[in-house]
Amino acid sequence: MITFDGVTKRYPDGTVAVDDLSLEVPTGEITVFVGPSGCGKTTSLRMINRMIDPSGGRILLDGVDVTTIDPPTLRRGIGYVIQQAGLFPHRKIVDNVATVPYLLGWDKKKARARAMELLERVGLDLRLAERYPFQLSGGQQQRVGVARALAADPPVLLMDEPFSAVDPIVRASLQEELLRLQAELNKTIVFVTHDIDEAIKLGDRVAVLRVGGRLAQLADPATLLAEPADDFVREFLGRDRGIRRLSFVPGDGLRLRGDLTVPVSAEVSSVRGTAEAWLVVVGDDGGPLGWIAPKDLPDSGTLAEVPAAPYGTFVRGRDSLRSALDAALLSPSGNAVAVDGSGRVVGVATREALDEALARVADGARG
Amino acid sequence: MNWLIDFFGDAANWSGPDGIPLRVLEHLVFAGLSLLLAVVLAVPLGLWIGHTGKGAVLVVLSANAARALPTLGLLVLVVLLMGVGTIAPVLIPLVALAVPPILVNTYEGIRGVDPELRDAAYGMGLRGRQVLGGVLVPVALPLILLGMRTAAIQVVATATVAAYVGLGGLGRYIIDGLATKDYPRAIGGAVLVAALALAVQGLFALVQRISVSPGVSGRQRIR
Ligand SMILES: Nc1ncnc2c1ncn2[C@@H]1O[C@H](COP(=O)(O)OP(=O)(O)O)[C@@H](O)[C@H]1O
Ligand SMILES: [Mg+2]
Repeated sequence: MITFDGVTKRYPDGTVAVDDLSLEVPTGEITVFVGPSGCGKTTSLRMINRMIDPSGGRILLDGVDVTTIDPPTLRRGIGYVIQQAGLFPHRKIVDNVATVPYLLGWDKKKARARAMELLERVGLDLRLAERYPFQLSGGQQQRVGVARALAADPPVLLMDEPFSAVDPIVRASLQEELLRLQAELNKTIVFVTHDIDEAIKLGDRVAVLRVGGRLAQLADPATLLAEPADDFVREFLGRDRGIRRLSFVPGDGLRLRGDLTVPVSAEVSSVRGTAEAWLVVVGDDGGPLGWIAPKDLPDSGTLAEVPAAPYGTFVRGRDSLRSALDAALLSPSGNAVAVDGSGRVVGVATREALDEALARVADGARG
Repeated sequence: MNWLIDFFGDAANWSGPDGIPLRVLEHLVFAGLSLLLAVVLAVPLGLWIGHTGKGAVLVVLSANAARALPTLGLLVLVVLLMGVGTIAPVLIPLVALAVPPILVNTYEGIRGVDPELRDAAYGMGLRGRQVLGGVLVPVALPLILLGMRTAAIQVVATATVAAYVGLGGLGRYIIDGLATKDYPRAIGGAVLVAALALAVQGLFALVQRISVSPGVSGRQRIR
């Protein structure tokens, strides 16, 4: 656990970058520091590994004041990832990753083996190991930066806008990768970003800072979206806050109907009489094939010969209400197909069911 | 061209105390010793001020002022003070000539390293010396070597002044040639100096290739 205890940083020119910050970063979780540019995120982060020393207050790492630890020793036990990766241009990728193991005096073979293992972990082609940084793309360099930070298996990882300089598609994949890694490694991560969407996607807890390094709110993402502490946080969260909240509402609560499905082998004549406007056709493997409107069916034949309209699915027990709503909007029926983990249809969430669920969310927002 | 053949074609010019091999050797000793002394003085100083940022302005200003010193004038001064007889009088002005480019380039090279990189190195837990030796020097090496090469070429060209104070080296051919109106000899000496400068250039290209990481020079290795 990392504890900020009344931490203040005043730079020699008088700028107060961080003002009396107190918060706790729990072990094994991702805590995101988010806020507008210049609000003191980087300063706060760098006080943890003593790249900057506070002018007041204390930072405790598992109860020990960091300023009592020799900076290089402290830093070797804390992974650090920065925006431009900061790889050493004169060293091969594998040696870049092995930097801290070498510093800790591991033998070369063991350090390199560890580096190779990490390159694989962060999803890099091992053929890149013998290249130099300039031969890699920005996204690849950033992965190497993460691998390097993890090389000596430090319990704490500090990340300062590590994905801000890459394009949105690469950024999204790096974010996924980080969450996947974290599920395996359970590091104590402090992640700095100015991007609220990134904060909400990655954070177990999100600390919103306002300029002057003052804590505006510290909460898990769902609470942050549902109950912003004040106008500053509300404004910073921006538009679509209501819709984004749905990402944190499980889709489990949706009432499903089991009577709106029909097997693809059924005769047209057996469904034409149904009162329902739409039915979902289910294939022999149990997966959905699409929607049909019974009143528009031809006179004879099986459903296999009828063109089906597009559909959207959500995985029951895993996906959020937002995914369910998205699935409903993808089909002309306005209903969402619920499937299980292996893609088999388990029922249909109708517009009415979605409406009920949304009403419950809105009720929660009132209270 | 005939003049060159007159000079280089004469077997008498290839042996004895005034022969080409010995004169080239003398020249290389003057130039090499001066360069070595300059490197020993200027590189550590340049690294130190580049790394710590201390005294940078002062040192760079005085280095640039030193460039304006007339070598020959300095030589005469040193001879007046120390007398002739040893090679010290010729080393002092040559070292003074070689120090500024080495010092300034070393300093600029270290100072010019991307601050993010320096920051990352400290952030990984390298100590000050490890940052300097393990990251800053390898990255700044092309510039540091450039300073040494500039200095080396200047020193090779200027070591001819040794002849003014009665010492050897290729300057002998030029001065003696001009004094006795033996122009082939004077031109031959100048050609030898130029050839030596080219050889120095080639040597540095080789050193650069061997010592600079492909990751810094950007030489693509296809594999
Ligand atoms: N070395 C410094 N000297 C003086 N002021 C600084 C220094 N570093 C940062 N600042 C100032 O401190 C404030 C917070 O900076 P920083 O922590 O980098 O913010 P952020 O990472 O949130 O953008 C800003 O006003 C910035 O200009
Ligand atoms: Mg910042």
